[in-house]
Amino acid sequence: MTEQRLMGRLFTPRALITALLLVLLAALPLIAQAMGDRYILSVGTRIVIWAIAAVSLNMILGYGGLVSFGHAAFIGIGGYAVGILSANEISSGWIQWPVALFAATLWAALVAALSLRTRGVYFIMITLAFAQLVYYLGSGLEAYGGDDGLNISRSRFAGLIDLRDKAAFHWLCFALLCATLWFCGRFAHSPFGHVLRGAKSNESRMAALGFPVFRYRLVACLIAGAFGGLSGILLANEGAYISPAMMSWVKSGDLIVMVVLGGIGVRFGPLYGALAFFVLEESLKPGLDLLHKGWGEYWQLVFGPLLVIIALYAKGGIAALLGFRHE
Amino acid sequence: MSELLATDRLVKRFGGLLATDNVSIDVQHGEIHALIGPNGAGKTTLVSQLTGGLAPDAGTIRFLGRDITRLPTHARVRLGLARSFQITSVLRDFSALENVALAQQAHRGHSFRFLADVRRDTNRTEAARRGLAAVGLDARASTRASALSHGEQRQLEIAMALGGEPRLLLLDEPMAGMGPEESQRMVALLRGLKQRCGMLLIEHDMEAVFALADRITVLVYGRAIFTGTPDEIRRHPEVRQAYLGEES
Amino acid sequence: MEALIQVLNGVQLGLLMFLLAAGLTLTFGIMDLVNLAHGSLYMMGAYIAWTFITWTDSFVLGALLALPATFIVGVVVEVVIARRLYARDHLDQVLATFGLILFFNDLVRAIWGPAGKSIAVPPFLNHTIEILPGALYPAYRLAIIVVGTVVALLLAWLVARTRLGMLIRAGASNRRMIAALGVNIELLFSLVFGLGAVFAGLAGLMAAPISSVKIGMGDDILILAFVIIVTGGIGSIKGAFVAAMGVGQLDIIGRVYLSDWLKAVMDPAAASAAAPAISQVLIYIVMAAVLVWRPTGLFGQRQ
Repeated sequence: MTEQRLMGRLFTPRALITALLLVLLAALPLIAQAMGDRYILSVGTRIVIWAIAAVSLNMILGYGGLVSFGHAAFIGIGGYAVGILSANEISSGWIQWPVALFAATLWAALVAALSLRTRGVYFIMITLAFAQLVYYLGSGLEAYGGDDGLNISRSRFAGLIDLRDKAAFHWLCFALLCATLWFCGRFAHSPFGHVLRGAKSNESRMAALGFPVFRYRLVACLIAGAFGGLSGILLANEGAYISPAMMSWVKSGDLIVMVVLGGIGVRFGPLYGALAFFVLEESLKPGLDLLHKGWGEYWQLVFGPLLVIIALYAKGGIAALLGFRHE
Repeated sequence: MSELLATDRLVKRFGGLLATDNVSIDVQHGEIHALIGPNGAGKTTLVSQLTGGLAPDAGTIRFLGRDITRLPTHARVRLGLARSFQITSVLRDFSALENVALAQQAHRGHSFRFLADVRRDTNRTEAARRGLAAVGLDARASTRASALSHGEQRQLEIAMALGGEPRLLLLDEPMAGMGPEESQRMVALLRGLKQRCGMLLIEHDMEAVFALADRITVLVYGRAIFTGTPDEIRRHPEVRQAYLGEES
Repeated sequence: MEALIQVLNGVQLGLLMFLLAAGLTLTFGIMDLVNLAHGSLYMMGAYIAWTFITWTDSFVLGALLALPATFIVGVVVEVVIARRLYARDHLDQVLATFGLILFFNDLVRAIWGPAGKSIAVPPFLNHTIEILPGALYPAYRLAIIVVGTVVALLLAWLVARTRLGMLIRAGASNRRMIAALGVNIELLFSLVFGLGAVFAGLAGLMAAPISSVKIGMGDDILILAFVIIVTGGIGSIKGAFVAAMGVGQLDIIGRVYLSDWLKAVMDPAAASAAAPAISQVLIYIVMAAVLVWRPTGLFGQRQ
């Protein structure tokens, strides 16, 4: 690529905004310390973690056209694997994290193998049902808190990093987000990614070209499930807490909102979406309270219709507003 | 053995309707074999059974000497049996180049590679360009498939079907919806492909059929009533009665 | 005897679920609409009924007033939002109706407050009936069974013998056809949506005295309704009925008998802990099994 074109790509408004966003997120621990506000760091870390989850959903939903309403289950499995091991005196992250990732990938394999035989609405429903299965199993685990959840101690990486250090943990999550975004970028333009996107565009044509579409979608689901599990691991460590709420169908819905809001099929879309989601949630409440005391409690009266409007009129999401072409 | 494809007494029923009635046809290497018949004769049903979209109730299909009757679609494509669609079915969100590139990619081993960037794969891009040039579309390489004209999309269909260097091409009404000029171009294109692969051609456009076909099979009510050269078809009384009328 | 009581409980639950599922499968089958907010209509039916029952001090009168009110709510939702979604893909519909759920939950909270409400079993039904010598069954639950059966039969008659029903059946198998037949599609869709809302509301208000009236009551049961229509086959009322009855019995088995059966093979404490979880999960396992065998449900159309 000529230097001119490279410069042209690096200094577009959308690239600058994205870069600014990433820099802000990276610098958040320092900003929080300067402002003396611990809460803002906590929210920022959670945004990063949910962004990872949303990127993983975008891989199959945005690029693959597979509308999964059960993605929060991977968050739950990742988190519960860590939590259960932690409650059973296995606190080493070196053991917990691979186990959690493996469990999430295994679940992804099972769900995908069964769900990918269905299409359309049936697919949405069967993924939802599988997530409910996990949810009820989780809330039935009395030994691990049941419905109320369980406080756990964070994963230990002896000598390497102390996850109780909020700044260190934030930077770890941020690094993992960057890795996830990097992978997603490669994924989107890889031979595999093109097959997946081709299948989203015209499944029967891809089959007629000779691609065993089922296999490709299955592998995509495995990858998405693994990254989803990663976000669950991080979420459990963020609050030192696991609960079935992590994997409720509402959370699956929130993830879809984040992906669509940010812009489906665009690499940085879920990052915008996660940020916008949290910003909306955090600002609607006080914003409404400003209009009239006590109204903040009913923020969903505004948020709900907002989602309807987005679904109807702003499908391209924030990415479209910023000028991202469909990749 | 010069036989590419051969069906042996293929049968397909839909409830009480016999859509394919003991059809035995064959396609030879380097031949263009046309399948004609009135609407509802069962031509598309037959093609679907050949490609693997429908399972026949009885009979066998052999391709390159192999029994492919129970083989799934993508496996048949891998063996060299490609098709173009009656209703244009390209990847609308991708460029013409990318459409052909994917078609070719399907035949280059597996695509479980996650980190390679296809945009930097010059071999892939060049091969796709050649594929487009073979059908005369290289000028439109970077155009989105949905933005191509109807005739160009039909050309793209052929280019995609050729993506895997197929031995046999099943063409389902390639002239559909084309004006006279476009049809002429398509006929020239197909004639030029004869050396590369055999073709089984379903068409209503009789001018194109008689210009292209080495042999013609006439299908009526699911039954192949006659197979022969264009001249034999013109002279055959049953065919003239059932289908061609007085014009020939 | 005990078994008969439980079977009846399963039938009662099944009929309630059928009412909820019938509307859902109709909107799916005919309008191809993923309506996650159907559970909100169930909730609205219960809350509106509470208001009317409290106002008229009569269960029956309150319920009778609540039904047309719920119909109106349904039609308003259809006209304002749902009809803009028919042409959209399922993702848009999921997103929009998800937003509706959030909206209705907070709407209910704003109007009726965060605490739940309760509707008492109407006095004239607050006793038991001896259905067989020695078998006593609550009259109210029997009433639910009666009403549910009547509505199911009414719906079956409507679908099989009326012009509206013919349009519904035609629409369920081929949407474009009925448009081509020159039918006033918009009116038909509004009617179907409103009808579904009434059924959902009826289910909600009938269920209220035996369960509860609270915010979000429709959301969990909605998922169960989806499981039912997916298992039964989208667009098929018969499928919804069969699946709903099956779910009703499965639920009872899970809640009442599973614990005992498990106690026979495992530690009692573990059994009582595991049983509820497994019984919830049982229904999903059955649905998954059905979909693996028939990817479009028991009586669904092959796409």
